[in-house]
Amino acid sequence: MILKISKLKTHFSTPDGLVRAVDTIDLSIRERETVGLIGETGCGKTVLGLTITRLLQSSTTVKGTIIYKETNLLKISETEMRRIRGDEIAMILQNPTTSLNPVMRVGEQIAEVIRLHQGLNKKDAAEKAIKMLGSVRIPSPSQRANEYPHEFSGGMKQRVMIAMGLACNPSLIIADEPTKGLDVTIKSQIIKLLKEVTKEKAMLLITHDLSVARALCDRIALMYAGELVECAPAGEIFDAPRHPYTRGFLGSLPRNGLVPIPGMSPSLINLPQGCRFHPRCANAKAICKRKHPGMTEIEDGHFVRCFDA
Amino acid sequence: MTGVKVNNVLGSLGLGILAILITVAIFAPQIAPYDPHDTYKWMERPSSEHLLGTNDVGNDILSEVIYGTRVSLFIAFTVSITAIIIGTALGLIAGYSSGVLGFLIMRIVDIFLTIPRMVLIIVLAAFLTQSIWNLIVIFIIFGWMMTARIVRSEVLTLRSQYYVDSAKMLGGSDRYIIWRHILPNVVPLVVVQFIMEASHVIIAEAGISFLGLGDPVARSWGTIFNYAFEYPNIILSDAWMWWMLPPGLCIAATVLGLTFVGYALEERLNPKLKTVVGMEA
Repeated sequence: MILKISKLKTHFSTPDGLVRAVDTIDLSIRERETVGLIGETGCGKTVLGLTITRLLQSSTTVKGTIIYKETNLLKISETEMRRIRGDEIAMILQNPTTSLNPVMRVGEQIAEVIRLHQGLNKKDAAEKAIKMLGSVRIPSPSQRANEYPHEFSGGMKQRVMIAMGLACNPSLIIADEPTKGLDVTIKSQIIKLLKEVTKEKAMLLITHDLSVARALCDRIALMYAGELVECAPAGEIFDAPRHPYTRGFLGSLPRNGLVPIPGMSPSLINLPQGCRFHPRCANAKAICKRKHPGMTEIEDGHFVRCFDA
Repeated sequence: MTGVKVNNVLGSLGLGILAILITVAIFAPQIAPYDPHDTYKWMERPSSEHLLGTNDVGNDILSEVIYGTRVSLFIAFTVSITAIIIGTALGLIAGYSSGVLGFLIMRIVDIFLTIPRMVLIIVLAAFLTQSIWNLIVIFIIFGWMMTARIVRSEVLTLRSQYYVDSAKMLGGSDRYIIWRHILPNVVPLVVVQFIMEASHVIIAEAGISFLGLGDPVARSWGTIFNYAFEYPNIILSDAWMWWMLPPGLCIAATVLGLTFVGYALEERLNPKLKTVVGMEA
C-alpha cells in the first residue's frame, strides 16, 4: 500500500456556509496500481488531489489521515512536504498550455525540478532534462530543450508536463485531467505514453473522461457530491456497475445512447438528507430519503454505497 | 509589410541621445575644456576660448554644463534605480503575500499617493541643507509608489498562473517561485517604470534647482539655469542664448531621449500600440 486515505474530510468555510468538498473518503492505492477517480465537475475530485499534496489554503479544514508509505502527510511540516512534492509525489496538471512558464526554456524548467530535489549541478540536470524529454517521445530532445513553450504544440506541452512530473522518479503520480483540451488522436497518444511511463508507478488519475479511465486504470472510484459511491476493479465498473449513479454515468456516454442523468448534482453546501443521490435516482425508496447509506463490500473488492445494490 | 516601424526609429534615436549624454557625464573631466570652478573674465561672449562664454563669476559655461550633465544624470539614475528596487520589492511582497502585510503596504502606498508630491518636495528641500544627497533621498521617498502598485497588480495575475501552481506542486518554495517565475515576468514592466521615473526626476530636479533649492556646489542644469535667470535683466541682453538655453536644451533632450526609449519599449511589451507608417490601420 503506497497511499492510504482514511476518513478524509476537506471543508471550506465560505460566507454562504460550509462547503463539504471532500466528505469522509477512504481510498487506498497499491504499488504500481492506477486508480481512476471519476465524477462530474464540482464533485470534489481536484480538491482531493490538492488535499493529498497539501496545496490548499491554510484556512481549509482537513481531517482524517493520508498515509503515504509510512508518513501521515497531514502531520508533517511544510518543509518536509515540499521535499515530498515533486520528488515522491508528483502532480501533472490539466492545462498544459498555461502550466509552463512562457519566459523559460523548456529544458531549463525540467532541469529546475531535478536540481531542486536531487542537487545535481546545472550541466548534469540539463542532460537529465534532455533524457526526460526523450523518454516522453519528444523528437530531437536536445534541440527542443532549448526552445520556449510557445514553440510546442498542445500535445507536446503535455508531454513536457509529464516529463517534468516524472523527472525525479516519484513513486506516486497524481494526474489531474491529463488529456483535457487535447484532440482525439493526441489524446490516445498521451494515454499510451502515460500507460508506458507509469507502468512501474502508482497513479491517481482524476478525470471525468471514462474512455481515459478505461484505458489506464486498474481500479476506478466514482465520486459524487464529495463522497465515493462505488469503487471496484475497472472491468467490473464497466461491465457490472452497481450504483445507480455509475449506471447513469455510463448511460450518458455517446455509445450508450447519451441518456442524461436527470436533475443536477447538489450544492456541496446544502447536501440532501439521506442518500445524496436519491433526488436524481429512479429507484429511490423511502429509506433512501431518511438514511445515509454506508460503503458495503458486495463482492470481493467491489464497494457500493447503495441500499439497493 | 514594408512600412517603417516609427517607434523603432524613435527608440534608436532616444538611445542615441541617452548614450551621448551618459558618455558626456562619465568623461566630463576629459571633455570639459576647463574646471567649472575656475574663474576667468566674467560675462564674456562666446569666443574660441570659451565656446559658450562665461557667467557672472567668470566660470566657463560649457564646462559648467558638461559637469552639470553629471550631476543631473547622477541624481536621476540614482533616484530611479533605488525607487524602482524599493517599489518592486514591496510590490512583490504585497502581491505575493496579499495578507495583512500586503494590505498594509498598499495602504501606505495610498497614503503616499495622496500627498501632493511636488509641494512637499519643495518644502522639504527648502528646510533641509542644500545637497544633492538630500534631494536624492527626498525624491526616492516620493518615487516608489507607482512601481509598487503596478508590480503588485501584475504579481496578482502571475500568482494565479498555472505554471506557478505547477512549480508549487513540484516542490518549489515561495522564495524560488518569486525569483524564478514571478520576477522575470515583472522585469519588462519595471524597466518602463524606471524610464518614466528617470524622466520625471530630471524635470522635478530641474524645477527644484530652478527655485534655488539645488546644491550650489554640485551644480546641475537646473541650478545653472537658476543662476542665469537670477542675473539682472538677462532676458534683455544676449547672454540668455549661451547661458540659459544650453542647460534648458539638455534637460529637454534628456527627457525626449527617455520618452522615446520608453515609447519603443512599451510598444515592444504591448504590440497593439504598434504604429507603422505606410500601412492603413
